Amino acid sequence: MNTREYMLGNVAIARGIVEGGAQVISGYPGTPSSEIIDTLSKMDNRNFYVEWSVNEKVAMEVAAGAAWSGVRSVVTMKHVGLNVAADPLMTLAYTGIKGGMVIIVADDPSCHSSQNEQDTRKYADFSLVPCLDPSTIQEAKDMIPYAFELSEKFEIPVIFRPTTRISHGKSDVEPGEVVEDRPPAYFEKLIDRWVMLPKNARVRHPHLLGIQDGITKELESSPWNELTLSDKSDSKIGIIASGIASVYAKEAILNIGIDVSFLKVGTYPVPQGLIRDMLEHADTVLVIEELEPVVEDRVRIIANETGSNVRIIGKTGDFVPRVGELNVELCENAIANAFGTGEKTKLAKSTVDVEEMADMASIELPLRPPAMCPGCSHRAVYYAMKKVFGNDAVYPSDIGCYTLGVQSGTVETTLCMGSSITLASGIYHAGESRPICCSIGDSTFFHTGMNGLMNAVYNKADITVTILDNRVTAMTGHQPNPGMGKTATGENTVDISIKDLCRGLGAEFVEVVDAYDCKATEEVFKRAKEYVGTSVVIAEQACVINARRMGVRRKSYVIDVEKCTGCKQCVKFGCPAIEFDDEGKHAKITALCTGCGVCAQICKFDAISEVEK
Amino acid sequence: MSAEQMKLDIVISGVGGQGAILASDIIGKAAVLEGVPIRAAETHGMAQRGGSVVNHIRLGCELGSMIPLHGADVLLALEPAEALRYIDSLSDDGVVIVNTQPVFPITVTSGGDEYPDVSEIVDVLKSNHKVVAFNAFELAIEAGHPQAMNVVMIGAVSNYLPMGKDLLIDCIKGMVPLKTVDINVRAFELGRAQV
Repeated sequence: MNTREYMLGNVAIARGIVEGGAQVISGYPGTPSSEIIDTLSKMDNRNFYVEWSVNEKVAMEVAAGAAWSGVRSVVTMKHVGLNVAADPLMTLAYTGIKGGMVIIVADDPSCHSSQNEQDTRKYADFSLVPCLDPSTIQEAKDMIPYAFELSEKFEIPVIFRPTTRISHGKSDVEPGEVVEDRPPAYFEKLIDRWVMLPKNARVRHPHLLGIQDGITKELESSPWNELTLSDKSDSKIGIIASGIASVYAKEAILNIGIDVSFLKVGTYPVPQGLIRDMLEHADTVLVIEELEPVVEDRVRIIANETGSNVRIIGKTGDFVPRVGELNVELCENAIANAFGTGEKTKLAKSTVDVEEMADMASIELPLRPPAMCPGCSHRAVYYAMKKVFGNDAVYPSDIGCYTLGVQSGTVETTLCMGSSITLASGIYHAGESRPICCSIGDSTFFHTGMNGLMNAVYNKADITVTILDNRVTAMTGHQPNPGMGKTATGENTVDISIKDLCRGLGAEFVEVVDAYDCKATEEVFKRAKEYVGTSVVIAEQACVINARRMGVRRKSYVIDVEKCTGCKQCVKFGCPAIEFDDEGKHAKITALCTGCGVCAQICKFDAISEVEK
Repeated sequence: MSAEQMKLDIVISGVGGQGAILASDIIGKAAVLEGVPIRAAETHGMAQRGGSVVNHIRLGCELGSMIPLHGADVLLALEPAEALRYIDSLSDDGVVIVNTQPVFPITVTSGGDEYPDVSEIVDVLKSNHKVVAFNAFELAIEAGHPQAMNVVMIGAVSNYLPMGKDLLIDCIKGMVPLKTVDINVRAFELGRAQV
């Protein structure tokens, strides 16, 4: 019987977590990692605990507490989240764990949805924590139960590192057996393990170094590394590829049709014995991996140790790019350039060129960037903000859907989660004399914005902090957060008031306004601008997508073409539901309208009104 | 069916919100039921908000999900500009199936950009490739709802798929909201008749 299922990579990873018998799973949303907890939190008959934590550091420590209590735990995040959680990670490597602990960190080569493309394998190397790097979705699922066993055997957490093409890829997957054994939680009071006083840390650091050989040997014989030596004795070509790059490299080798020795690497520490075998069979080794030369550097060290003269290339020699994700044609090019088989690539064979085709007909394709949704409250807040603060102001911002407001001229910084308020403070204390108005979303405020606000108030930064409270963590797929009164699994919980929180952090000017009420929002911004000190404006309005899901229905709006003068004020507002009719010389509102009514308030000629039914 | 007969690389391009993911899921589920190995890659996150989206689907493939440049057998474009934008994913002897109903990007509605003439886009596509062009949006309305446009397009591409029509229809029935089953089945049939 066909038992295979069609699964998203992150759903397969969630399945692996269930199969591995995890009892506590925590995480903070971040593309491309979010659907792992989304999947687990929506499962029926859960026999595990799952939460959305307020940030990655918190999530990592929740999972560590569970693992210290002897149960299997998982923490999920995107690559930049590990920067936030790096503090517990580095010392968790010293203390180790009891129950198996898997740290899932999804990397995003090419920055599809991220502010950088850092390589988590470097963190594995830095922290001396083993790392698994899947090449297919099936392997991603299968690696999780293995990771728990490895983790428990060496009492150390294991990093599992999918990339966007694993997490957001789909494949047929063969499910496996679910581990039924669930040990009861018991926190054993191992003071010399869990209390990292200097005297204990000095013992645990050599211990961490001491277990590395055992981990390396264990991983060497795991199914995730695979060496296929060329059966032709005259082939001296060696190719080593890691993680997802290994499937691209395999396809490139098939397309080109060359005979090579091939080593697929799926673990860190890398398989040293297999690399030594490869070095004995090749005179040139091309290393193909996404982002940093982690495997390549290690191969070079091993070659040096064994006195091998093999030529090692990859990032070295510019055969493989160090930026962006790889694909089959980049691998074909790397192999062709390295081994002189260039004319055979598909890329070289094609006669069609898209730019040439477009040029032929002098067609210029309009760009189609992502934009804030029709009826998004952020657009309305930015409109009022710009109107009050004007062009002669500084607008630090943060990470969320509202970053898409960069076109409206109110997003002038995006560094990392929670950095809007802190950058604004620094810009103020530097002596910048223009008004400073920053923006941050509700979830980002809970994540790391709070500390920044407390710091701003405490140190008397004269700035305006705008909290764009759309009552959900929208960008990553509408996960609940502490402001919503719901947990990850939909249970009711305390609804944490952002207003009270800001007051508690010391802010004296805190005003809440309906983001759809343009006039009121402008008035609040005016008062906030005049206020000397840290002023907080909380602009509330539910995310338009989430509101619709909750059953909110508003009447749409329509243009009275008799009254419309064609001034384009509403068109410039930038709502995707508003277009300009060039023939009729008037604006028109399309079926995309969600009925927020903001354009009707913007129109000076009273030409926009609610549809009467 | 031999592995070679199952092999088919499809690129689905369109605009966030048009249902490109559901379209690729229908093909994916049907493939798994048919026992065909499948790999797919999707656009999630930042790029979804009305942006340009592209999905890769590889039938009979056990390697990576990304179709090499100029490697796709079929380009299924849910929007005309998005057909031209991704034309270099198609192999020289590949076919373009394109919905001729445009969706204007924000750069056109509130920016200064102009949307090219759709017939010009189709002409350019035709200059190098086999093209099946029709208005799937209007056919979806004819079927009962404009949102069924993606299923109209599945109907059109079904002529090239290594899976039976009945299996695809069964998958569609299981994946769309219950009250829209009849509309979607009609949409599939209307699309299938276009090729």
